[in-house]
Amino acid sequence: MIGIEHYVVVSSILFVLGVLGIFLNRKNIIVILMAIELILLAVNINLVAFSAFLGDLTGQVFAMFVLTVAAGEAAIGLAILVIYFRGRGTIAVDDVNRMKG
Amino acid sequence: MILTISFYLFAALVILSGVFTISARNPVHSVLWLILAFFNAAGLMVIVGAEFIAMLLVIVYVGAVAVLFLFVVMMLDIDFAELRAGFMKNFPLGIAIALVLLAELVLGIGAYKAGALKLGNPDLSAMPHVGRSNIENIGALLYGKYLFLFETAGIILLVAMIGAIVLTHRGARAPRGQQNIGKQIARKPSEATINKRPEVGQGIEI
Repeated sequence: MIGIEHYVVVSSILFVLGVLGIFLNRKNIIVILMAIELILLAVNINLVAFSAFLGDLTGQVFAMFVLTVAAGEAAIGLAILVIYFRGRGTIAVDDVNRMKG
Repeated sequence: MILTISFYLFAALVILSGVFTISARNPVHSVLWLILAFFNAAGLMVIVGAEFIAMLLVIVYVGAVAVLFLFVVMMLDIDFAELRAGFMKNFPLGIAIALVLLAELVLGIGAYKAGALKLGNPDLSAMPHVGRSNIENIGALLYGKYLFLFETAGIILLVAMIGAIVLTHRGARAPRGQQNIGKQIARKPSEATINKRPEVGQGIEI
Protein backbone atom coordinates (compact mmCIF):
# COMPACT_ATOMS: atom_id res chain seq x y z
CA MET A 1 0.00 0.00 0.00
CA ILE A 2 1.20 3.49 -0.79
CA GLY A 3 1.99 5.44 2.35
CA ILE A 4 2.91 9.03 2.90
CA GLU A 5 6.61 8.16 2.87
CA HIS A 6 6.39 7.27 -0.81
CA TYR A 7 5.02 10.69 -1.63
CA VAL A 8 7.57 12.47 0.52
CA VAL A 9 10.41 10.53 -1.13
CA VAL A 10 9.16 11.45 -4.62
CA SER A 11 8.82 15.10 -3.69
CA SER A 12 12.28 15.14 -2.05
CA ILE A 13 13.85 13.73 -5.20
CA LEU A 14 12.04 16.31 -7.30
CA PHE A 15 13.15 19.09 -4.96
CA VAL A 16 16.78 17.97 -5.17
CA LEU A 17 16.51 17.78 -8.96
CA GLY A 18 15.36 21.39 -8.98
CA VAL A 19 18.32 22.50 -6.84
CA LEU A 20 20.67 20.51 -9.10
CA GLY A 21 19.14 22.21 -12.13
CA ILE A 22 19.94 25.62 -10.70
CA PHE A 23 23.55 24.55 -10.17
CA LEU A 24 24.02 22.93 -13.57
CA ASN A 25 22.52 25.70 -15.69
CA ARG A 26 24.12 28.65 -14.01
CA LYS A 27 24.14 30.71 -17.20
CA ASN A 28 20.74 29.95 -18.64
CA ILE A 29 18.15 31.85 -16.63
CA ILE A 30 15.24 30.23 -18.48
CA VAL A 31 16.23 26.79 -17.23
CA ILE A 32 16.85 28.26 -13.77
CA LEU A 33 13.25 29.51 -13.74
CA MET A 34 12.06 26.06 -14.83
CA ALA A 35 14.09 24.48 -12.02
CA ILE A 36 12.37 26.82 -9.57
CA GLU A 37 9.04 25.63 -10.97
CA LEU A 38 10.17 22.04 -10.30
CA ILE A 39 11.00 22.95 -6.70
CA LEU A 40 7.59 24.55 -6.20
CA LEU A 41 5.97 21.48 -7.76
CA ALA A 42 7.77 19.28 -5.24
CA VAL A 43 6.50 21.47 -2.41
CA ASN A 44 2.98 21.21 -3.80
CA ILE A 45 3.14 17.41 -3.96
CA ASN A 46 4.31 17.40 -0.35
CA LEU A 47 1.51 19.72 0.81
CA VAL A 48 -1.17 17.76 -0.99
CA ALA A 49 0.12 14.39 0.21
CA PHE A 50 0.23 15.47 3.86
CA SER A 51 -3.17 17.10 3.51
CA ALA A 52 -4.68 13.90 2.15
CA PHE A 53 -3.05 11.53 4.61
CA LEU A 54 -3.70 13.65 7.69
CA GLY A 55 -7.31 14.37 6.71
CA ASP A 56 -6.92 18.13 6.80
CA LEU A 57 -7.74 20.24 3.76
CA THR A 58 -5.56 23.20 4.74
CA GLY A 59 -2.65 21.72 2.82
CA GLN A 60 -4.60 21.74 -0.42
CA VAL A 61 -5.67 25.35 0.11
CA PHE A 62 -2.06 26.32 0.67
CA ALA A 63 -0.99 24.36 -2.39
CA MET A 64 -3.31 26.68 -4.29
CA PHE A 65 -1.58 29.72 -2.80
CA VAL A 66 1.80 28.27 -3.76
CA LEU A 67 0.44 27.87 -7.28
CA THR A 68 -0.60 31.55 -7.29
CA VAL A 69 2.81 32.72 -6.20
CA ALA A 70 4.50 30.42 -8.74
CA ALA A 71 2.42 31.87 -11.56
CA GLY A 72 3.20 35.44 -10.50
CA GLU A 73 6.88 34.65 -10.12
CA ALA A 74 7.06 33.08 -13.58
CA ALA A 75 5.36 36.11 -15.15
CA ILE A 76 7.61 38.65 -13.43
CA GLY A 77 10.74 36.58 -14.00
CA LEU A 78 10.08 36.19 -17.70
CA ALA A 79 9.27 39.91 -18.01
CA ILE A 80 12.61 40.79 -16.40
CA LEU A 81 14.27 38.29 -18.72
CA VAL A 82 12.71 39.91 -21.79
CA ILE A 83 13.83 43.43 -20.86
CA TYR A 84 17.29 42.11 -19.97
CA PHE A 85 17.52 40.49 -23.40
CA ARG A 86 16.39 43.71 -25.08
CA GLY A 87 19.13 45.64 -23.36
CA ARG A 88 22.04 43.25 -23.86
CA GLY A 89 21.12 40.80 -26.61
CA THR A 90 21.96 37.80 -24.43
CA ILE A 91 20.59 36.11 -21.36
CA ALA A 92 23.90 34.91 -19.89
CA VAL A 93 23.40 35.83 -16.28
CA ASP A 94 26.59 34.55 -14.70
CA ASP A 95 28.27 37.95 -14.98
CA VAL A 96 25.37 40.06 -13.83
CA ASN A 97 26.59 41.56 -10.60
CA ARG A 98 25.22 45.03 -10.80
CA MET A 99 21.91 46.55 -11.73
CA LYS A 100 22.79 49.54 -13.83
CA GLY A 101 19.33 49.81 -15.29
CA MET B 1 -3.33 -2.83 -6.84
CA ILE B 2 -4.07 -0.52 -9.75
CA LEU B 3 -3.42 2.42 -7.44
CA THR B 4 0.01 1.09 -6.54
CA ILE B 5 0.91 0.50 -10.17
CA SER B 6 -0.23 3.95 -11.23
CA PHE B 7 1.58 5.56 -8.31
CA TYR B 8 4.86 4.00 -9.35
CA LEU B 9 4.21 4.87 -13.00
CA PHE B 10 3.48 8.53 -12.23
CA ALA B 11 6.33 8.79 -9.72
CA ALA B 12 8.88 7.31 -12.11
CA LEU B 13 7.68 9.53 -14.94
CA VAL B 14 7.69 12.71 -12.86
CA ILE B 15 11.27 12.07 -11.72
CA LEU B 16 12.40 11.10 -15.21
CA SER B 17 10.91 14.23 -16.75
CA GLY B 18 12.47 16.30 -13.97
CA VAL B 19 15.87 14.89 -14.90
CA PHE B 20 15.34 15.66 -18.57
CA THR B 21 14.02 19.14 -17.76
CA ILE B 22 17.29 20.17 -16.18
CA SER B 23 19.56 18.32 -18.60
CA ALA B 24 17.97 18.82 -22.03
CA ARG B 25 20.20 20.62 -24.54
CA ASN B 26 17.38 22.60 -26.08
CA PRO B 27 15.24 24.74 -23.73
CA VAL B 28 12.17 24.02 -25.87
CA HIS B 29 12.62 20.36 -24.99
CA SER B 30 13.09 21.40 -21.36
CA VAL B 31 9.70 23.12 -21.41
CA LEU B 32 8.05 20.06 -22.94
CA TRP B 33 9.57 17.77 -20.30
CA LEU B 34 8.39 20.23 -17.64
CA ILE B 35 4.85 19.91 -19.02
CA LEU B 36 5.12 16.12 -18.77
CA ALA B 37 6.31 16.48 -15.16
CA PHE B 38 3.27 18.64 -14.36
CA PHE B 39 0.89 16.14 -15.91
CA ASN B 40 2.35 13.28 -13.90
CA ALA B 41 2.33 15.30 -10.71
CA ALA B 42 -1.35 15.95 -11.37
CA GLY B 43 -1.78 12.19 -11.71
CA LEU B 44 -0.11 11.68 -8.34
CA MET B 45 -2.50 14.17 -6.77
CA VAL B 46 -5.53 12.48 -8.33
CA ILE B 47 -4.44 9.17 -6.80
CA VAL B 48 -4.35 10.72 -3.36
CA GLY B 49 -7.82 12.22 -3.80
CA ALA B 50 -7.06 15.89 -4.46
CA GLU B 51 -8.78 16.30 -7.82
CA PHE B 52 -9.23 20.05 -7.60
CA ILE B 53 -5.55 20.82 -7.09
CA ALA B 54 -4.66 18.32 -9.82
CA MET B 55 -6.92 20.03 -12.36
CA LEU B 56 -5.66 23.42 -11.20
CA LEU B 57 -2.12 22.22 -11.82
CA VAL B 58 -2.98 21.17 -15.35
CA ILE B 59 -4.86 24.38 -16.12
CA VAL B 60 -2.54 26.90 -14.49
CA TYR B 61 0.84 25.31 -15.09
CA VAL B 62 0.37 23.57 -18.41
CA GLY B 63 -2.11 26.06 -19.79
CA ALA B 64 -0.50 29.29 -18.67
CA VAL B 65 2.98 29.06 -17.20
CA ALA B 66 4.45 26.47 -19.56
CA VAL B 67 3.00 28.24 -22.60
CA LEU B 68 4.51 31.48 -21.30
CA PHE B 69 7.89 29.74 -21.08
CA LEU B 70 7.45 28.37 -24.61
CA PHE B 71 6.65 31.82 -25.96
CA VAL B 72 9.68 33.39 -24.34
CA VAL B 73 12.04 30.60 -25.40
CA MET B 74 10.84 30.74 -28.98
CA MET B 75 10.63 34.54 -29.26
CA LEU B 76 14.07 35.41 -28.03
CA ASP B 77 16.89 34.65 -30.44
CA ILE B 78 19.40 33.10 -28.08
CA ASP B 79 22.54 31.08 -28.67
CA PHE B 80 21.87 28.21 -26.30
CA ALA B 81 25.12 26.35 -27.01
CA GLU B 82 27.08 29.21 -25.48
CA LEU B 83 24.87 29.15 -22.40
CA ARG B 84 25.68 25.50 -21.78
CA ALA B 85 29.39 26.14 -21.50
CA GLY B 86 29.57 25.80 -17.71
CA PHE B 87 27.44 22.66 -17.54
CA MET B 88 30.25 20.16 -17.07
CA LYS B 89 32.30 22.53 -14.93
CA ASN B 90 29.48 22.88 -12.41
CA PHE B 91 28.60 19.20 -12.50
CA PRO B 92 30.72 17.83 -9.58
CA LEU B 93 29.77 20.61 -7.15
CA GLY B 94 26.11 20.40 -8.14
CA ILE B 95 25.99 16.63 -7.72
CA ALA B 96 27.76 16.85 -4.36
CA ILE B 97 25.34 19.43 -3.00
CA ALA B 98 22.36 17.54 -4.41
CA LEU B 99 23.52 14.30 -2.77
CA VAL B 100 24.04 16.01 0.58
CA LEU B 101 20.59 17.58 0.38
CA LEU B 102 18.99 14.28 -0.62
CA ALA B 103 20.76 12.45 2.21
CA GLU B 104 19.44 15.00 4.70
CA LEU B 105 15.90 14.71 3.38
CA VAL B 106 16.00 10.89 3.39
CA LEU B 107 17.35 10.93 6.95
CA GLY B 108 14.46 13.17 7.92
CA ILE B 109 11.95 10.85 6.29
CA GLY B 110 13.59 7.86 8.00
CA ALA B 111 13.35 9.60 11.35
CA TYR B 112 9.69 10.33 10.72
CA LYS B 113 9.00 6.74 9.72
CA ALA B 114 10.81 5.39 12.78
CA GLY B 115 8.59 7.54 14.99
CA ALA B 116 11.29 9.94 16.18
CA LEU B 117 9.48 12.93 14.69
CA LYS B 118 6.03 13.90 15.85
CA LEU B 119 3.96 15.91 13.44
CA GLY B 120 1.34 18.26 14.73
CA ASN B 121 -2.13 16.81 14.81
CA PRO B 122 -4.76 18.43 12.61
CA ASP B 123 -7.17 20.46 14.71
CA LEU B 124 -10.18 19.04 12.83
CA SER B 125 -11.33 22.50 11.78
CA ALA B 126 -10.48 21.76 8.15
CA MET B 127 -11.57 18.16 8.04
CA PRO B 128 -13.18 17.09 4.77
CA HIS B 129 -16.89 16.41 5.14
CA VAL B 130 -17.78 12.85 4.30
CA GLY B 131 -20.18 12.70 1.40
CA ARG B 132 -19.11 16.00 -0.13
CA SER B 133 -16.76 16.18 -3.06
CA ASN B 134 -13.21 17.48 -2.78
CA ILE B 135 -14.02 20.71 -4.59
CA GLU B 136 -17.02 21.44 -2.36
CA ASN B 137 -14.90 20.98 0.75
CA ILE B 138 -12.13 23.20 -0.61
CA GLY B 139 -14.63 25.84 -1.67
CA ALA B 140 -16.20 25.96 1.78
CA LEU B 141 -12.76 26.36 3.34
CA LEU B 142 -11.52 28.88 0.79
CA TYR B 143 -14.52 31.19 1.00
CA GLY B 144 -14.84 30.78 4.74
CA LYS B 145 -11.78 30.36 6.92
CA TYR B 146 -9.25 31.49 4.33
CA LEU B 147 -11.23 34.26 2.63
CA PHE B 148 -8.68 36.94 3.51
CA LEU B 149 -5.79 34.89 2.19
CA PHE B 150 -7.77 34.16 -0.94
CA GLU B 151 -8.30 37.87 -1.59
CA THR B 152 -4.61 38.48 -0.92
CA ALA B 153 -3.72 35.87 -3.53
CA GLY B 154 -5.87 37.79 -5.98
CA ILE B 155 -4.02 41.00 -5.17
CA ILE B 156 -0.68 39.22 -5.66
CA LEU B 157 -1.81 38.12 -9.12
CA LEU B 158 -2.96 41.65 -9.94
CA VAL B 159 0.38 43.11 -8.86
CA ALA B 160 2.24 40.49 -10.89
CA MET B 161 0.16 41.27 -13.95
CA ILE B 162 0.64 45.03 -13.66
CA GLY B 163 4.34 44.55 -12.98
CA ALA B 164 4.87 42.36 -16.02
CA ILE B 165 3.02 44.82 -18.24
CA VAL B 166 4.89 47.85 -16.89
CA LEU B 167 8.25 46.10 -17.26
CA THR B 168 7.79 45.03 -20.86
CA HIS B 169 5.65 47.87 -22.21
CA ARG B 170 7.64 50.01 -24.61
CA GLY B 171 5.21 52.90 -24.90
CA ALA B 172 4.18 54.68 -28.08
CA ARG B 173 7.16 55.58 -30.24
CA ALA B 174 7.45 59.21 -31.33
CA PRO B 175 6.24 59.55 -34.92
CA ARG B 176 9.06 60.11 -37.38
CA GLY B 177 9.72 63.55 -38.86
CA GLN B 178 8.06 65.44 -36.07
CA GLN B 179 9.20 69.05 -35.73
CA ASN B 180 8.80 71.40 -32.82
CA ILE B 181 8.10 74.74 -34.43
CA GLY B 182 8.24 76.78 -31.23
CA LYS B 183 11.68 75.40 -30.45
CA GLN B 184 12.91 76.20 -33.96
CA ILE B 185 11.74 79.79 -33.82
CA ALA B 186 13.16 80.34 -30.34
CA ARG B 187 16.67 79.30 -31.42
CA LYS B 188 19.39 81.96 -30.97
CA PRO B 189 22.76 82.21 -32.75
CA SER B 190 24.52 81.90 -29.41
CA GLU B 191 23.36 78.36 -28.90
CA ALA B 192 23.81 77.21 -32.47
CA THR B 193 26.61 74.98 -33.71
CA ILE B 194 29.18 76.85 -35.82
CA ASN B 195 31.45 75.32 -38.39
CA LYS B 196 34.98 76.75 -38.07
CA ARG B 197 38.06 76.07 -40.12
CA PRO B 198 41.13 76.78 -37.98
CA GLU B 199 44.63 77.08 -39.39
CA VAL B 200 46.91 74.10 -38.79
CA GLY B 201 48.73 74.48 -35.50
CA GLN B 202 46.32 77.05 -34.06
CA GLY B 203 43.43 76.41 -31.77
CA ILE B 204 40.02 78.02 -31.84
CA GLU B 205 38.60 80.77 -29.70
CA ILE B 206 35.19 79.97 -28.34
